[in-house]
Amino acid sequence: MAASPLPPPDPCFVLRGAQSAVHALHFFGGAQGQVHPLLLSGSLSGLVHIWSLQTRRAVATLDGHGGQCVTWLQTLPQGRQLLSQGRDLKLCLWDLAEGRNTVVDSVPLESMGFCRSSILAGGQERWMLAMPGRGNDEVQILEMPSKTSVCTLKPEADAKPGMPMCLELWQADSSPRPLLLAGYEDGSVALWDVSERKVCSRVACHTEPVMGFDFDSQKARGVSGSAEKALAVWSLDEQQALQMCRTHELTNPGIADVKIRPDRKILATAGWDHRVRVFHWRTMKPLAVLSFHSATIHCVAFATDGLLAAGSGDQRISIWSLYPIA
Amino acid sequence: MGSSCPEVSQPRPRTACRTGPRRPCRISGGIAAAGRPGARGETPGPSGGSVAVSPESPMDSRMDPAVSAVRLTVREAVHTLSSSEDGDRILSTLGSLKRYLGGAENPALPGEQEEFARMHFSALLRCLVGRLSPAWLELLPGGQLEAPWASFFLEGPADQAFLVLMESIEGMAGPSFRLMKMVQLLAQFLGAGRVAAVMESQCWQLAEPAFPLLQETLLAKLVGLPDHLGNRLQRENLAAFLPQNYFPLLGEELLRVLQAVVDSLRGGWDCSISFLSQVLGKACVHGRQKEILGVLVPQLMALTQGNCLWQRVCWRLVECVPDRAMEALLTGLVEAASGPEVLSRLLGNLVMKSKKARFVMTRKILFLQYRYSTPMLQSLLGYLAMDSQRRPLLVQALKELLETWGSSSAIRHAPLPQQRYVSKAVLICLANLREAELRDSRDELLASLMAGVKSRLDSSLPAVRRLGMIVAEVASARIHPEGPPLRFQYEDDELSRELLALVAAQPVADSPSEASPAVAPVAAEAPDRGSTEGGGIPAQAEGAGSDLDSDDDLVPYDMSGDQELKSSKAPAYLRDCVEALTSSEDWERWEAALQAVEGLIVRSPAATREVSVELAKVLLHLEEKTSVVGFEVLRQRALVAVVVTDPAPVAEYLTSQFYAINFSLRQRMDILDVLTLAAQELSRPGRLPKAAQVGSPSPASPSSSTEAPAWRVVVEERIRNKTRRFSQHFDRPLVTFDLLGEDQLVLGRLAHTLGAMMYLAVNTTVAVPMGKALLEFVWTLRFHGDAYVRQGLLSAVSAVLLSVPTARLLTDLPDELLEAGPWLADVAEQDSDEDCRVLAVKALLLLEKLKDTLLPLTPP
Repeated sequence: MAASPLPPPDPCFVLRGAQSAVHALHFFGGAQGQVHPLLLSGSLSGLVHIWSLQTRRAVATLDGHGGQCVTWLQTLPQGRQLLSQGRDLKLCLWDLAEGRNTVVDSVPLESMGFCRSSILAGGQERWMLAMPGRGNDEVQILEMPSKTSVCTLKPEADAKPGMPMCLELWQADSSPRPLLLAGYEDGSVALWDVSERKVCSRVACHTEPVMGFDFDSQKARGVSGSAEKALAVWSLDEQQALQMCRTHELTNPGIADVKIRPDRKILATAGWDHRVRVFHWRTMKPLAVLSFHSATIHCVAFATDGLLAAGSGDQRISIWSLYPIA
Repeated sequence: MGSSCPEVSQPRPRTACRTGPRRPCRISGGIAAAGRPGARGETPGPSGGSVAVSPESPMDSRMDPAVSAVRLTVREAVHTLSSSEDGDRILSTLGSLKRYLGGAENPALPGEQEEFARMHFSALLRCLVGRLSPAWLELLPGGQLEAPWASFFLEGPADQAFLVLMESIEGMAGPSFRLMKMVQLLAQFLGAGRVAAVMESQCWQLAEPAFPLLQETLLAKLVGLPDHLGNRLQRENLAAFLPQNYFPLLGEELLRVLQAVVDSLRGGWDCSISFLSQVLGKACVHGRQKEILGVLVPQLMALTQGNCLWQRVCWRLVECVPDRAMEALLTGLVEAASGPEVLSRLLGNLVMKSKKARFVMTRKILFLQYRYSTPMLQSLLGYLAMDSQRRPLLVQALKELLETWGSSSAIRHAPLPQQRYVSKAVLICLANLREAELRDSRDELLASLMAGVKSRLDSSLPAVRRLGMIVAEVASARIHPEGPPLRFQYEDDELSRELLALVAAQPVADSPSEASPAVAPVAAEAPDRGSTEGGGIPAQAEGAGSDLDSDDDLVPYDMSGDQELKSSKAPAYLRDCVEALTSSEDWERWEAALQAVEGLIVRSPAATREVSVELAKVLLHLEEKTSVVGFEVLRQRALVAVVVTDPAPVAEYLTSQFYAINFSLRQRMDILDVLTLAAQELSRPGRLPKAAQVGSPSPASPSSSTEAPAWRVVVEERIRNKTRRFSQHFDRPLVTFDLLGEDQLVLGRLAHTLGAMMYLAVNTTVAVPMGKALLEFVWTLRFHGDAYVRQGLLSAVSAVLLSVPTARLLTDLPDELLEAGPWLADVAEQDSDEDCRVLAVKALLLLEKLKDTLLPLTPP
């Protein structure tokens, strides 16, 4: 180990011009001859900006949420389609192909919560969408693009986990059954078997609401952050049972978002203390504390090439390049 | 005996008077043997008789014809050799003489051999040397003569051959064929291991009185060989004669002789090794310990392992070394031995037997010198600890060491490296002593320790204080384990770790023989976890074994900036800030105010001027109420900012406070630091370096001459205002508190500060009177006993020389400078503190430069 550690790095560059707090970020792969991927950002003022990482300018602005905060952005694997979730109780499906930027479809939301939705799309025509449901503690599963409601996942009456806070649909390699991980208001994370509509396992990770988590399906391990002062790492065994692995104490409380890099080497957290923290995913060794922003960081995102973006309440998006993917 | 040898050129000055009473040093083999068969030189033959016995001896009549026969043969041969030009004849003559060396087909009678070796060999060799020339060698083709010629030197009695070789090499003038031949022969002589024979021949002279002069000559030639050859041959010297090659060879030869001695002792024959001791001692005196002991010690180490005879020989070898060589040998041995038990094996109880050795081991190495490494000290003190007879010496050494360690005069006058050395020795002693032993002399030890701690903590040199703290902690725990543990606060650094490791590494073994010789391993550093809480969770084996990537490729960045976020809002106005600092009970707010105050001062100079003195007062009296990170720095920078923003009133306030009574040492030091930093800031507007030094400011490097002139004018203008004010307030009698007594630390810092201000006042009109006043100040204090004060004074002198214009120095301050010269020279030579010496040299150089500029002006 080096005698004295390197000074903390500075951002590669900073994107300014969102003009309000940034609440959602999503990298959009570098398709169609574009060397750099695009970065999508959703802001408090309801706008979705599309940034070119080459020119470092916004190439387009989408206005589809009537001035209400955009909380979630996700592109579909096929076509150039974008899903955006807003606080105006609407999920919009955008067509971005060939320079278009029009809303082709929208799904009404029935929950006022902060829960971000999740999709499961294997490249087929049909895909699955999980979003907070009508009831306080429900999660609704839709089949898209037909918008057919598949089921509603409602916890057992005596469980009382509170509202779902974050969702992730996924499918194990071994089985075709879709599974849903959901973080709840009481700090627990639950694994749902969607087809059986029942909770396989539930584990209490935090004492505060789960604000964000990410799950590594290869290692069957996930990490979650909450309003409290710790990160929780949990794992899933062969019997589909969730288990706590460990917690990791932080300096300041409040994690708004957690993302594992696609190569599963490092993970980044968006901190309420204005800092992005980077950890070694396997060992949870702290690697860096990135301080640049002057307000709460709401979201972090990794590109496939390893670039890290953080969006903050100070209306800026910082782009970092750490531990390049070999 | 002279009757039987009419030759004048006797090689052996048997009749020479003895230089002193030297008892032959003998090792008894147990059996009093008559002699040793096969021994050369003077050793009596197996017949038991000596050739030098009285003429009345019946044997003499038997020998007489042999003696004369030999004489006749040799005389004839010498005649032939010196005159004949017939190669064959010469060859046959050489062959006939060869008989007397033995080993030929028909060797001469032993008596004849002996007579030849004793009386005629040297003469013959000299004759051979005399004849040597290219023409002579070519009397027979193919170099047939050379081999027999050389064989006399290589096979005959080694001591004589060696002496003749050396003598002829020294006697020859200038480079010549003969010289080169002789040199090559000498190299051959060395290569053939004859040096061992030379030394061995001196070991069997028990029956006869030793020949001091001969031994003396042999000794000088043996040890001085590289010097002699180097002088003679200059650039043509051979590699074999270079000291770095010769002395290892000598070491190996010594070892061979020792082997022979051991063998003969085993066989039951006596022999003396005093000559070997003398060779060893002399080589060490010549400063060749490394070369010779580097060969000897490892071998002896192996040989003495579990072998009593070898140990005895080895002890004897060291014991017989003359006193004047004892120190050189012992220091070399301590250096070369790899640990106390090796040393113990090699030396035995030498310190108990030899006064000189005891002096060297227990006084000289410990108190009078300090260049030895820590492992050496450990070997030495470990050696003392290894035997119950020697342990009292160790206790005594500890007492004396502690006394020296604690003596206030030694603290003041001994150089720092020596103090460190003594401290290490104290700790090693402590590690080697048992509790019972310490308890016996506890009162005495504690008294010296406590006195020492007191005088050390009084010192104004941080390094001295640190040594005091570290040693006191360890020593008090060992000497008085029941008492409450002494704990000081000092930062962990290399020195403290090293010192603590000295004690930790050697757990006191109950049996002295168990004391481990291991060189103290440096204490393993605790894994550096940076500032991350809960970091360093050990990597667990993950369920998925496929993950083979190592952690090493992801090197953590510095995370020291990861601190808790302060929620409380920092005050936005200076007045709020002052209020928060004075009266706030909300500590978060207080901290935020402290962190914000410097920025606020810089941002709003106008607002600062309104409250400047009040703010300075608040800041000066500010106490560290919470453990804010970098409290000292924050406060200091805020104070500096206040002084810079509103210099006149604030500086006046601070200087007046400096002499006030109700201030702590810390505050006075702060005032000085702040004034220096402010003066620096004023003389170079811009930013202070981000991490302002908290320590004593040293005069900065001479300002670069590239500064823009216009800029300079502004600066001068500003400095003129400020520095005058400072200097006016400082240069007044120092009476208000005990600056000349107990408060020497403040005095030292004051001297440093004045020097720095003087330096920063360069190019101002006030510089000249300031310089004059400062030199007077320096002059009155120049013999101050505290090194830190003297350092300050010396740097102040340099500052005066740098800042006051040359012309003004000569017109306004000539007397002061004239007086300063000898004083500086004296300090540069004699001061015990290294920094003082360096500073004095620098000041002297400046003074010299001044003289140089003066010279062209003076009329020739």
